[in-house]
Formats: sequence, C-alpha cells, structure tokens
Amino acid sequence: MNSKLKQNSVGIVKPETIEINETLRLDCGKLLDSFELIYETYGSLNSEKSNAILICHALSGDHHAAGYHHEDDKKPGWWDSCIGPGKPFDTNKFFVVSLNNLGGCRGSSGPNSTDKKTGKEFGPDFPIVTVNDWVNSQKLLGDYLGINCWACVVGGSLGGMQALQWAISYPEKIKNSIIVAAAAKLSAQNIAFNEVARQAIITDPDFHDGRYNDHGVIPKRGLSIARMLGHITYLSDDSMRQKFGRDLREGKLHFGYDVDFQVESYLRYQAQAFVERFDANTYLLMTKALDYFDPAADFNGDLSLAFEKTDSRFLVVSFTSDWRFSSSKSHEIVKSLVRARKNVSYAEIEANQGHDAFLMPIPDYLKVLSNFMENVG
Amino acid sequence: MERKDFKFISEWIQKDSTVLDLGCGDSTLLDFLRTNKNVSGYGFEKDIDKVQQSINKNISVIQADFNSGLGQYFDQNFFDYAVMTQALQENKNPDKIILEMLRIAKEGIVTFPNMGYWKNRLQLGLFGKMPISNSLPNNWFDTPNIHLCTFKDFERLCEDLSITILDKKVLNSNYDSNKLLNFLPNFFGEIALYRFKKN
Repeated sequence: MNSKLKQNSVGIVKPETIEINETLRLDCGKLLDSFELIYETYGSLNSEKSNAILICHALSGDHHAAGYHHEDDKKPGWWDSCIGPGKPFDTNKFFVVSLNNLGGCRGSSGPNSTDKKTGKEFGPDFPIVTVNDWVNSQKLLGDYLGINCWACVVGGSLGGMQALQWAISYPEKIKNSIIVAAAAKLSAQNIAFNEVARQAIITDPDFHDGRYNDHGVIPKRGLSIARMLGHITYLSDDSMRQKFGRDLREGKLHFGYDVDFQVESYLRYQAQAFVERFDANTYLLMTKALDYFDPAADFNGDLSLAFEKTDSRFLVVSFTSDWRFSSSKSHEIVKSLVRARKNVSYAEIEANQGHDAFLMPIPDYLKVLSNFMENVG
Repeated sequence: MERKDFKFISEWIQKDSTVLDLGCGDSTLLDFLRTNKNVSGYGFEKDIDKVQQSINKNISVIQADFNSGLGQYFDQNFFDYAVMTQALQENKNPDKIILEMLRIAKEGIVTFPNMGYWKNRLQLGLFGKMPISNSLPNNWFDTPNIHLCTFKDFERLCEDLSITILDKKVLNSNYDSNKLLNFLPNFFGEIALYRFKKN
C-alpha cells in the first residue's frame, strides 16, 4: 500500500464476526439454528442510523470490499474503486457494510465451517442457500447493527440480484437499490455454463462427494476448470484480443499440449490463484443460488407485480460488451420497474471488459453511481 | 436557463399528470414540470452525458434509443402525455414515432423547426443553398436533421394519420411569440409547438 492510495482509501480495516442465534428458515426447507457472518464496515453510522449502505458481493467475492488488511497488502478490497472518501459510496457521508454471504468460504458459516450438531465440518451437507436466504440473513445483520432501513443496497452480478431481492422482500427497509450487470433470472445458456463448472468439480477424482477435506485433498483440477470457464465468460472477445491476441508465451509453438499462447498461461495462473483461495463446495452452492434466482416466479412470472410494494429508487446499470449478463437482461428489470411506475434510471455503459466491467474503475460508470448517490440520504 | 418553449408546454400540461419525454436531454423540461406541475414520468435519452445530468437531477431516465421500439416498455395509454422537443426531425420514421406516442400516451406534444421559415426559403429558393439559420444551425453534411418539414407538412401528416391538433403555438428562434408570427406562421415562424391526440 503506497501513500498515494491511502489518500482516498478507507485505510486499514478489520473484519468483525457476529454469531446470529436466530433460526433462519431456508428456501430449501431446512432450518439454520445459528450462524456466523463476517463483515467489514467503512465510515460511521449517523445518530439517526439513516446513512447505511449494504454492499452485496458476487459469486467469488467476499466481505473485504475496500481498504487494506495490512500495511503491506498489494491489493485493496474488491470494490475499492467505488468505496472510500470522495468515491461513489462516499465514506465521509455513508456507513458502508460489506459481508461474506452465508455459504461462503471466507469466514461466514458455510461448507468449510463446523456443524455444531456433529462437531464436524459441514462440507457438502451445508444446505443450498438462495438469494432470498441471503437477503434474510443480511436483514438479521442489519438488525444487529441497529439499521432499520438501508439508505442503499447495491451489488453487481449475483450481488445485483440481492439488491433486487431486497426491494421485493423488505420494501419498507430499503430506500435505494443499485443493480449492476445483473439479471432477474438466468437464461438456459447461463445455467448451462454453471452446470459445466459444477460437473468439472464433481467429476474430479479428488472431490470425494464433497468430503475432500477429510481425505486431505482438494479437487484442484475441477475447480480450476470451473474458474477458467467462468473467467472466459466474464471477459469479452474484444478485451481478450486486446489483452492477449495470439501472443506466444515463449515466442514459438511447441507442438505439444502445454502452454503455447499467453491466454493459456493467463487462464492457468488465474485458476491456480483461485484454487488457493476458494472452496469447491462454496462454488457449487453459489452457482446453484444463481440458477435458482427467479423472484417473478412467486408473482405468476410478472416481475412488475413483485415491485408493487416498494418505494425504493432504482438505478440499473449494464455494460455494452457484457454477454454473460447482457444489457437485454437489465432491460427486463427496467421494463418491469417502469410497468410498476417505480422511480428507475438506467444507464448502459460503453465498456469492452465484458461482465468484469462491473469491478473496473470505468469513468462513466463511477460517475453514474456518484450522480445517483448524490440524491441518496 | 429556463427555456420559454418549456413554459408554453407546461401551460398545456395538467397538474399531477404523467409524462414521457422522448429525447429528454439533460431533463430540464421534466425537472421544470416536476416543480411546477407535480408531474411524474420518465425520460428517454441516448447520450450518456445527458443521462448523467438527468440522474444528477433525480429524474428517472432510461438510456435507450427510442427508435428501437417503445412498445416493449409501455402499454397503451400508459402516460397522459408523450413529449418530444426539437427531435422529431431527427427520427428515421417521424410518422411512426407520432403514432407510437399516441399509443402509449393520451396526448402528444412536439416542437420542431420550420423548414418553411422565410429565411430558409430564401436561401434555398433564391441562393440555391441548403438553409442555415438559428433554428437549423448545421451544415447539410453534419446535421442530425434527416426529416425536416414545414408546419404545413406536419399538419397534413396529422390529417392523413387521423390526428386532431388541439393546440398550436408558433415562435421565433428566441422562443418568443408575436403578431407577425400568427399572421403568416408558415412563413415567419421558426419553431412550432403542437399538442395533438387521436381522432
């Protein structure tokens, strides 16, 4: 961390963990008697407790959204470009809360935490949770922090789905909702990508029906392939061409099956880094939460009816080169909000980074967030 | 700065009504209508910078090209008014846009520059050059205006489409009205405002 970064950074942050001893009824029918959530906060909560923003993470994200854990950290939290003093989610003005979702592998209760009933690791027995379950658990976190109503709930991708669900599940507890690069439900193509990722993990001989930790191994190959596949769908053809083209790693072809092209080397590196930090059971669970998300299903398939009770303002953002969650998916959300006569703005940001654009400091994107946030609180 | 044509439009709009502004720009009109007539509604705008300004004003704005089909967004008579200021002539199919405006709203309001303004006639008729004036400032090769018309042309189109003109206001390029304009509108008028509905 250099001093230049420190200037508009939230600086050194420390995660907190709370144990919630309230029974959570999950969509799958199972009950969670108690669970832990790990979270970070940035900025301070005002006396009216009216300036809180909830950050919802995507598939592989976690609670560390901004700042640094240690002086010598090379990288800040995953959304540091948007959270901090003077940034779109301005910590001089707002109290920002970011958590690791239930079922995660970064400190909240999930497959790699211990089941108190058995004293053993949950592993594959951790129940499959849904976006709706996450929102219910986040509501309990809000209760714990004394936040009765969020000034804004925001997220990208799977995080955007949570922001959407919040407005539906707790219309009286949310004033603004920002839904970035998301969808009201996945397409068959999207589910298909997730299924390939899951099959890669499940068919890895080291998977052992999800009990890999008992065997002292991890399904590295499967998780790597899942990540590589996912990664390709997060980028655009254009950005890959610009980044790698057909560049060779060692300047010549090897006529073998090891790395020839830079793009292969990049994917392998990304996969390796991912395997070291992410849990395979959590990956399976997260992809299922994506597949199952369909809030309109409870309203005869009419999403606009789902929004009837909310008075939230909405900002919907998509990116031109995102083909995983394309602009047409955002249009569906906007259309339903308009039909329900809700206050909604929509921006389609020119960007060639594909789905990953939602994590990038693209000037128009940051500006649209700032302009929207100007009228929050 | 407050545009006078917006004031005239505002006079035509009922209090507490719903408005769709097509090509809303920085949403000055919607902002004005919200303040003065308690209007709610949406703006459509293609340009990201103008979308940014609209969001900053806390106006509901949707970044989209309204040529690409409004039908998917709005049911019949969803709004009380559909408004389009100084953009009709930029559309590929102004006739279809007008009909679409009257499908999604009970009434339509448009403003556009008059190709029949005497200075335009003079430049084309006498000097043989494409007109350039205060209300038509662009060269022929870089103008967004692909379907210019005169007031007469517009009124004939309305007749052909079975549209009733409810109100009309003729202005000069400073958005002022005077007696001369009302005497020979299609000759002296530079900008017209029309309010119309289906027969």
